[in-house]
Amino acid sequence: MKRNIISVSSLKKDFIVGEVTVHALRSVNLDITEGEFVAIMGTSGSGKSTMLNILGCLDKPTEGIYLLDGIDISTLNKNELARLRNLKLGFVFQSYNLLPRTSALENVELPLFYNDSVKPRERRERAIAALGAVGLADRMHHMPNQLSGGQQQRVAIARSLVNDPVVILADEATGNLDTRTSYEIMALFQELNAKGKTIVFVTHEPEIAGFTTRNVHFRDGNIIKENLVTNRGSAREMIMAMPLEVDS
Amino acid sequence: MNITNLSKIALNALLRNKFRAFLTMLGIIIGVASVIAMLAIGEGSKKSIQDQISSMGSNLVIVMPGTQMMGGVQQGNASSKALDVRDVKAIRLDCPSVSAVSPEVRGGGQVVAGGNNWPTTFYGGDVNYLDIKKVEVKTGRMFSEQEVASAAKVCLIGQTVADNLFGKEVDPVGQTIRFKNIPVRVIGLLEEKGENTFGMDQDDLLIGPFTTVQKRILAVTHINAILGSAVNEEATSQAVTEITTAMRTSHKLSEGEEDDFQIRTQAELVSTFSSISDILTTLLGAISAISLLVGGIGIMNIMYVSVTERTREIGLRMSIGGRGLDILMQFLIESILLSVIGGIIGILVGVTASAVIGNLTGWPIAVMPLAIVVSFLVCTAIGVFFGWYPARKAAGLNPIDALRFE
Repeated sequence: MKRNIISVSSLKKDFIVGEVTVHALRSVNLDITEGEFVAIMGTSGSGKSTMLNILGCLDKPTEGIYLLDGIDISTLNKNELARLRNLKLGFVFQSYNLLPRTSALENVELPLFYNDSVKPRERRERAIAALGAVGLADRMHHMPNQLSGGQQQRVAIARSLVNDPVVILADEATGNLDTRTSYEIMALFQELNAKGKTIVFVTHEPEIAGFTTRNVHFRDGNIIKENLVTNRGSAREMIMAMPLEVDS
Repeated sequence: MNITNLSKIALNALLRNKFRAFLTMLGIIIGVASVIAMLAIGEGSKKSIQDQISSMGSNLVIVMPGTQMMGGVQQGNASSKALDVRDVKAIRLDCPSVSAVSPEVRGGGQVVAGGNNWPTTFYGGDVNYLDIKKVEVKTGRMFSEQEVASAAKVCLIGQTVADNLFGKEVDPVGQTIRFKNIPVRVIGLLEEKGENTFGMDQDDLLIGPFTTVQKRILAVTHINAILGSAVNEEATSQAVTEITTAMRTSHKLSEGEEDDFQIRTQAELVSTFSSISDILTTLLGAISAISLLVGGIGIMNIMYVSVTERTREIGLRMSIGGRGLDILMQFLIESILLSVIGGIIGILVGVTASAVIGNLTGWPIAVMPLAIVVSFLVCTAIGVFFGWYPARKAAGLNPIDALRFE
């Protein structure tokens, strides 16, 4: 049996806004095993962002247990959480969050700067390898503003890969991209998943969720539906099927 | 996270905004440069005053007669005729801290040569008079002991007097001039000394044997002052004590009786003027320090803007594993880099500016090494002090909010 990367049981998260307590997550149970590609779906306010923040160790649950790669995060302090994020997690954001006026290579290197055991030489080598893995080996020294949106998101994905995380957490990673570019990004995620990467992908687009292996639907702080994707589409094939666009 | 990585991150962040970083530094650059230049100018003026006073002989001790009462009326300082050559001898014999001593006699009058005349003062001294007063002979020679003994009608002439009597072209040495109708032969020209600190022309004088001035010109037996040289500057006060004892013995003053002479030293003068210019230097430095403070506030301002502007960057850094401390250190190092690099440039600018000001104005400019060290330390402190609050703000951000910040 494959090991659980993420194991969440009776997870609750309350926010106190003024005098009102908002139950963002009521009681969530979720296991994600190694090699899965899970889409977390839901409308805004459904609790999926809160879930992602907790999965990403950026926030702690009010109640319940969250084991990340076997580690109970409720026992960890802020600094230990930061270290866990550095070693075990990779983030991909909707708006890329690349440092401006900083080359693609240096952007990808960034997480390794916060890991003392990685020497400068190894840092560079790993960043080059990560950029190669997302197909941007020839764009290493470009600045973000010299790259298209899709390329910037690839740089961000390379950055999430560079520390070899146990899971990649993507937050609406295709939200800012056009359809074709979204498919390209999804194709990249599918390739990474095929190589064994565990990916958790937050999205509200069913079409995008169709490229994953399992969909988890949130509503009002609860998981209302879970289903394995049966007829999983290949993003690569979808792109091939699309009419060729004139280069813009 | 080690400091090398953090420094690299901080440096990269600054390099991303080169122009802004430069403008921020400019406040520090101007502050440090003005502190250094102002202190250099202040210190330079102090040195200049000290040098001028020392050029009159910093170990100079002057004995002047005390006041004299005439029918109950005070005649003011140095009015008595209490000093004479015996006092000089007494000092020469009994004061080991005094290396040289000479009488001084002076008389004012009109000096005439050919069709020109000029009012000046004729100073009479012993053969060592020039050494004590730190005056050099430019051309010609000093008078001899034999000329002192015989009250020879010879003199050395100051540049101002020479210019007014003979013009620039004629060599005054060998000429005969008339002082109060007494013909005197010029045997030497004195090196120029220029104006002293008080604006007095030090070249407007004649110097001759004191015997000549006493007997042939003024027809007096007293002397106006005794000039002595202490063996060195530190021995000045010892010399004063010894001279006081010798003079009291020589004047047969009983205990309880007041001195009928007074002793002045150049060292007193030097310390008075030094303290005045110290106040000036402090004032200039304080004004410059304010500009340094303004520069520091400029850094704080920019760091604040920077933290707000880079909120998402901070969120990202936290999400990829940056701890609060790492973020704090990064921003702190950024502000320290700004202030220290600004400080180094400021020191260079300040030193250069001091040199340029010195060249243009001819003031003696003395850059104080202490000023450089202190302003460097102050810059670092400014970086920490003004960087701390913005850095704390950055480190205290919630990563989730920071990532969503628009």
